[in-house]
Amino acid sequence: MKTLLRLCLMLVMTPMLASTLTGCSKSEAAASPNGIEAAKVADMLHIVMAADRTTYVKKVVNRFIKEQKVQIKEPNSEAFVAMAASEEWENEHGSLPLPAQMFRMGAELAREKADGLFDYQLLSEWPINKQNAPRSDVEKEGLKFIRETKGEKPFYGEEEIAGKRYFTALYADKGVAAACVDCHNMHPDSPRDDFKLGDVMGGIVIRIPMD
Amino acid sequence: MKRKVPWILWLLSTIVMVMYLSNTMRSETADRGLFLPGVTTVGHYQIELACQVCHTPGMGVLQDACINCHGAELETASDSHPPKKFKPLDKADLVERLDARFCITCHQEHAADRTHAMGLTLPTDYCYHCHRDIAETRPNHAEFAFDSCASSGCHNFHDNRALNEPFLTAHLDTPDFLPVMTVAARAPVEAKPAAAPDAPDAPASKMTDPHVLDDFAASAHARAEVNCTDCHVAQPPSAVLESSPAQPRAAVSQIWIDKPDHTACARCHDHEAAGFLAGRHGMRLSQNMPPMTPAEARLPFKPEAAHRALTCNTCHGSHRYDTQTAAAESCMKCHDDPHTRAYAGSPHAKLWAAELAGEGAANTGVSCATCHLPRQTHREGDEEVVRVQHNQNDNLRPNEKMMRNVCLKCHGAQFSLDALADRALIDRNFTGQPAGHVESLDLIRTKIADLARKRAERNKPKP
Repeated sequence: MKTLLRLCLMLVMTPMLASTLTGCSKSEAAASPNGIEAAKVADMLHIVMAADRTTYVKKVVNRFIKEQKVQIKEPNSEAFVAMAASEEWENEHGSLPLPAQMFRMGAELAREKADGLFDYQLLSEWPINKQNAPRSDVEKEGLKFIRETKGEKPFYGEEEIAGKRYFTALYADKGVAAACVDCHNMHPDSPRDDFKLGDVMGGIVIRIPMD
Repeated sequence: MKRKVPWILWLLSTIVMVMYLSNTMRSETADRGLFLPGVTTVGHYQIELACQVCHTPGMGVLQDACINCHGAELETASDSHPPKKFKPLDKADLVERLDARFCITCHQEHAADRTHAMGLTLPTDYCYHCHRDIAETRPNHAEFAFDSCASSGCHNFHDNRALNEPFLTAHLDTPDFLPVMTVAARAPVEAKPAAAPDAPDAPASKMTDPHVLDDFAASAHARAEVNCTDCHVAQPPSAVLESSPAQPRAAVSQIWIDKPDHTACARCHDHEAAGFLAGRHGMRLSQNMPPMTPAEARLPFKPEAAHRALTCNTCHGSHRYDTQTAAAESCMKCHDDPHTRAYAGSPHAKLWAAELAGEGAANTGVSCATCHLPRQTHREGDEEVVRVQHNQNDNLRPNEKMMRNVCLKCHGAQFSLDALADRALIDRNFTGQPAGHVESLDLIRTKIADLARKRAERNKPKP
């Protein structure tokens, strides 16, 4: 009887001890129904997001605007103007959406489709659009962490939003092209003007519900 | 028995009352006004008896009701506060303060005692809910009251196409009167000599008024070789016509429509008809209700126009379809408010008269339609097409919506903002100069100067 009791106790304590020893927080152990850890799912999602984001910045925005300096013909006129990536792109002829807007539009579409399965956003401690400033404690802590560690590793945390628990991961978003750095240094609403190529300029936050 | 009589009477009267009310409720034709829980807003009173447009059978509010009518407009306006902006998880605390995912959080209907301009039913300092810390990032906003954000010509909740910093910065130093002051030219109708159709295809019994053919001969329809049956017969030609190839005219009289409605116009002018149906002139028709009449309207109208029913022909005049008449004269036949009455004496009207008289250059005249039913350019593939926006409410409330596509064609940004904010000047139909001064451009100027100074200081070589 005693042996059985001891065995049970050991069984219960093993994962607790393991998590203490490895430093794994609960969040990292959180698993989705098919057994993949939430952190791994977030990592995979981030790889796709970051790849698409870098491609748009380098192969579209930077290429057309910084490298090729493409000129656009004004409608009903012989005049040409320099192609721009602009906040006002929807109302301007021939303007590209800003990379941050491109990312947000994608996130909005994905949010409709995902219907609560996961959620993601671009945030920064130095946002041009104040809507993209961190709000929750985990966001603030995460952005500080990826700034201090220069984006070497992601930040994982947990938080409760509107009565639901979430696994929350933050990944560094770096200035990968001159277009990113120059615009954020020059924009009148930018709180910082000393970014350099390769600097952590913000972070991508991914949330996955834990229940 | 005596004691039962009142009870039987009560029972009978209740049954009759319930039957009457439920019949009225279900009926499309009965006056359902007694079910209105309160005075309807100016935007909706025309269709207030078409309950089902906004309500479920149980009188709940359909979430899609607002979007069905206003969705396209919000999309075009690059809505600054779309529901999707409030859906990211970290905005949950903002949603708790003000659930802007739903229209009815701010716009409730039948609540006249707390309804402000634009159908807003929240206290007018609503910006405070989310932007209370604005002075932290915009110190020059520290002194502004939260009920002034959207009422001083600086911001709108939905449509900020003209009221955004990059756009205003690009128009900072535009002069009050631009060197070139013209609006887009209307798409020309292929020039053919004006003439009545060689062979009008109306049945003889319908061609009793000689003026009709004269009017028609002068119209763009004649130049485009439109014939009578193109409008007076429902398309495509029905089996009646095909069954009587020998006597087409006699057959036509059987399917002839004396007064074609907007659906006939829409067969060719679909964009124009859609605009008309979306605005106050056509919104009744868009809900399959009888057309609006000035008698039922809340704005001041000329008494003699009280019973004119509003269809395409009310402004365009059947058969003549003179767009110049429709652009100003037609409006003044019904509308009778200070702004309309002041038009004839205004600088804008003088320009319009000059263009009509051939003294002013083409597209320099300013009619009512120039501002209220503006010519808009749309890009279709590689081409730009010009269409007249037939929803005269599209750019009206808040009136800064008029700035980008109308005012700025001829005027500078500061001048336009100041004029649009000056109620007395609007009543004088812009006769005179704006009295006030909207500060937003000054704030942008100061901000640019501060930034330049800051950068210059930092770049100064250190001693």
